[in-house]
Amino acid sequence: MTLILPYAREDGGNPPSLYPDYRSTVLRSPRQPPLLVPPTLTEVTGPAGNWERLIGPAMTDLTTQHKGTPQGQRIVVTGRVLDERGRPVPNTIVEIWQANAAGRYIHSKDDWPAPLDPNFTGAGRVVTDEEGNYRYVTIRPGAYPWGNHKNAWRPAHIHLSLLGPAFATRLVTQMYFPDDPLIEIDPIANAVPLPFRQRLVSRFDIGTTVPNWALGYRFDIVLKGREQTPFEDDHDD
Amino acid sequence: MMIDELERRDAAPRHDNQDPALFGQTPSQTVGPFFHYGLPWKGGADLVGRSDLGARPDLMPPEHYLLGTSGVTGTPQGEAIEIAGCIYDGNGAPIPDAMVELWQANAAGRYASPDDGRQEIELDPHFIGFGRSATDKEGVFRFRTIRPGRVPGPGNSLQAPHIALSIFGRGLLKRLATRLYFADGEGNDTDPILALVPEERRRTLIAVRRPDHTWWLDVHLQGPDETVFFDL
Ligand SMILES: [Fe+3]
Repeated sequence: MTLILPYAREDGGNPPSLYPDYRSTVLRSPRQPPLLVPPTLTEVTGPAGNWERLIGPAMTDLTTQHKGTPQGQRIVVTGRVLDERGRPVPNTIVEIWQANAAGRYIHSKDDWPAPLDPNFTGAGRVVTDEEGNYRYVTIRPGAYPWGNHKNAWRPAHIHLSLLGPAFATRLVTQMYFPDDPLIEIDPIANAVPLPFRQRLVSRFDIGTTVPNWALGYRFDIVLKGREQTPFEDDHDD
Repeated sequence: MMIDELERRDAAPRHDNQDPALFGQTPSQTVGPFFHYGLPWKGGADLVGRSDLGARPDLMPPEHYLLGTSGVTGTPQGEAIEIAGCIYDGNGAPIPDAMVELWQANAAGRYASPDDGRQEIELDPHFIGFGRSATDKEGVFRFRTIRPGRVPGPGNSLQAPHIALSIFGRGLLKRLATRLYFADGEGNDTDPILALVPEERRRTLIAVRRPDHTWWLDVHLQGPDETVFFDL
């Protein structure tokens, strides 16, 4: 007998698959509605707790991965990973990747001629503690142009990847910075309707800011939550 | 003003997920085109061996590959298989900057997860069942894994052997969840999830065995052969 406690489905704050202002969605978004299926053991399980065996230890300071110190504004980003009932999600991995202070990725397909920084890769990962807290140190990424339209610029952002406890809770998202005027004109951020778009924006926090060392930002990440009543019980007992 | 009062001042009003009026699921955003130095690790797509399968170190300077290699050692029980497929856009063009993740049970049909509480089925110390593969220049993802056992479905049903897949890519604002079944899979005809798929679209979930023994499943994001994706 298996007891399935399903996860909530996506809420109204999620973007649609097709958002024509973001031109790459036009040929890559499915046209059929996704098929609603009941949760099974497959969807409510996941590799939580096995990350270190899979990939290796955490990398929480992106500013000390090379010989020298990277260029740019050092920042601390911290927050909690929660489910939508506000309960912490402990021992879950947050993977991080981003551009450097000039808005350039170390990726060889990034051909924007802003300078590369030999002392900055922009890749990290951190595991949440028992209360769902995470914290990493990095450089504030720069904005960068992209080919979506003639004068298209991505707001400064940090890419984030979370698995959460189950296949159903998988999330890839981007964290933005407060008071960035580019958010308002960015098709990728704008695919998320207001006010939910604000969930993607971090908050400057003087309490996280470290004197004489780094500015601090807080960003809570909320994953799908587990329902409290079983979806379906077996009747074979 | 007292100095200690200055220390406590906070300039920022709450307009983020700490604001109870806004609190809720963090919205999904695209993985973008530049995830290769941040997500797919060496060996991440090889669940049975020690190869570098899964990563694309050709897309970054070697000193900027920091992700490490798979730490899983030993050979899992079961039939080792290779699964692969091409990801196509609505024009039928392969997508060379997509990423696929896999989640599956071990050969005995148990998930390596604390939420699979069936103690009577053994865990395999050499198998976790999670993998990640960036597509190559031809848009092809590739995994080495083992053929999964059957796991229970809703009610008293038993699911046919299957692998859960997540598709990510530039232009995908949300991950796309789908499944891979095997053309000769025991129980395909009674699988409770396949039964919900319109018959004419079921083939989009069923991998076929090629002469080189690879289990092949193409993923069409759009068009007449559009893959069935799930609302989980
Ligand atoms: Fe980006």
